[in-house]
Amino acid sequence: MSRRFLVGVFENEQDTLEAIRLSRRRGFNIVDVYAPYAVHGVEEAMGLAPSRLPWIVFALGVLGGGLKVWFEFWTTAIDWPINVGGKPFNSLPAFVPVTFEVMVLFAAVGAVVSFFFVCGLYPGKRSVLPVPGVTDNRFAVVLEETDSRFEPAEVQRMFEGLHAVQVEAQIGEEGD
Amino acid sequence: MADAVLTLRPPLIEGNKSIAQVTHDVCAPMEARPTSLWWAALAVSSSLLLLGVVAIAYQVAVGVGTWGLNRTVGWAFDITNFVFWIGIGHAGTLISAILFLFRQRWRTSVNRAAEAMTIFAVMCAGIFPVIHTGRPWFAYWLIPYPNTRGSLWVNFRSPLVWDFFAISTYFTVSAMFWFIGLLPDLATIRDRATAKWRRKLAGLLSLGWNGSYRAWQRYEVVYLMLAGLGTPLVISVHTIVSWDFATSVLPGWHATLFPPYFVAGAIFSGMAMVLTLMIIARKLMRLEDYITVRHIDRMSKLVILTSGIVGLSYGTEFFTALYSGSPYEQFIFLNRALGPMFWAYWTMVSCNVFIPQLLWFRKVRASVPAVFAISIFVNVGMWFERFVIIVTSLSRDFLPSNWFHYAPTRVEIATLLGSFGLFFTLFLLFCRFVPVIAVAEVKGVLKYGLTHGKSHAEAVHE
Repeated sequence: MSRRFLVGVFENEQDTLEAIRLSRRRGFNIVDVYAPYAVHGVEEAMGLAPSRLPWIVFALGVLGGGLKVWFEFWTTAIDWPINVGGKPFNSLPAFVPVTFEVMVLFAAVGAVVSFFFVCGLYPGKRSVLPVPGVTDNRFAVVLEETDSRFEPAEVQRMFEGLHAVQVEAQIGEEGD
Repeated sequence: MADAVLTLRPPLIEGNKSIAQVTHDVCAPMEARPTSLWWAALAVSSSLLLLGVVAIAYQVAVGVGTWGLNRTVGWAFDITNFVFWIGIGHAGTLISAILFLFRQRWRTSVNRAAEAMTIFAVMCAGIFPVIHTGRPWFAYWLIPYPNTRGSLWVNFRSPLVWDFFAISTYFTVSAMFWFIGLLPDLATIRDRATAKWRRKLAGLLSLGWNGSYRAWQRYEVVYLMLAGLGTPLVISVHTIVSWDFATSVLPGWHATLFPPYFVAGAIFSGMAMVLTLMIIARKLMRLEDYITVRHIDRMSKLVILTSGIVGLSYGTEFFTALYSGSPYEQFIFLNRALGPMFWAYWTMVSCNVFIPQLLWFRKVRASVPAVFAISIFVNVGMWFERFVIIVTSLSRDFLPSNWFHYAPTRVEIATLLGSFGLFFTLFLLFCRFVPVIAVAEVKGVLKYGLTHGKSHAEAVHE
């Protein structure tokens, strides 16, 4: 099923933010916003839910640290205990540094991998830009024409009132 | 736009750039042919790299006996170089992670290059312990994997094993952090590339990034997470490096002061190296509007701060040794300052504590050549710091009959030069093929100072 979109293209972050706020206030469905850099306040304006990535990172950190403590204990105290300078086989304090490093490694690799996974980024993925220039100097607000309340001409006027450089109707397939 | 009332802070980027101009200024040099200056620099650095490759091939083939080590001085040049390079890397993480958490937005102009420096410095550092094992082809034995030697595990109580984990984690996390920061810029390169190979390559590496805000939102979260993980990580890495020494019982090494002392020293030396590289890069790539005198000024202030901590550490360890009541400790420190290696000790103190004091003067900080010269002195001084710590403590230990001196051989010096060759070759290639300035981050601070605190639209509406 095809979907109809209206793309407003802006030149600076203030106009973009204003366009997002107005669209939201009027109950339009903001499909996405495209920007060449992370603009402060867009996620609040769009009403995006906070990311759950920190929880994944936390869980992986705990998992990595836990596994490492167990592994160090298992290798040095159970599998092949070796007397090194009379130190106890289970030298817990000496395990702290490596445990910390492995915890950070798990958390960091997990953060990056889950970021790629959640955002669907992978090598060789074809990039789909709503309009050219959103990785250079253009900001784009993409609205979906959901129902009859959505009057394209009126929205176009609203965008143009915010100094939109271009307003374009696009027809896309499922999933933008 | 630039109302007098709103211009309360000087902007971070000079020249009143537009967003498109930033893209152009950073990307254009990569698309043009390299300058002759760049070729000349690459010729020098790659010759040094070649020298290093030959030296390493020779010492691996013949053995560690090609070094000037003896039974008394079992660690010297090699470990000095290792600690030196690891320390250099730390300033990159300071700029990219710690200053990010402190919301120091001036870091955007220098963080890309500083992180690249971190990665290259860690690569240089990694070479030394591997060749120091004597049989580098068995270096993989450091990894605790199930093996046919009875499944003999590594000794997790050993600081050298901690070091292996710390350095490899540090390298992995730094490389990922760098790549994440690079992602939006790779997409920018992809979308403006005219050469087909460049579009293909940047397209592959940019993972289909399209500036969608749903990705930006998570990107910012991941960036914050990595900065938060990188900050304790960088402190842990040099702490562990210092434990390589501090967990021994040797006078001059066995000190609880070592971790903070080493971390501060690492950031100090790295900051000096960042200054050296930035001053070269802004000239080479014509980025004076982005890496301004104000950036150099702020980094110089960090140099003074860390120089102060390092100076305080020198004083503290000297005092503690004299006050300890241990004749061995007392001797080691008096021997460092007044013994046969006094010149190395005083080179270290002069370069690290006395000379950086010049940076208290605003005029000195405003002079690029002066800051460059001071940064070179600090680089030299910090190399000598590690040399002094390692060699003086080993060469005169508890038993005078053990005492012996140490002098490096040509092979060792060639290896050190080779590591500089590797470092600068990689850095020059980086300047050519990767945006030296974090384009997407600099775009975010263009208006800094003009409409600081609230957006322009809000400022006008009220």
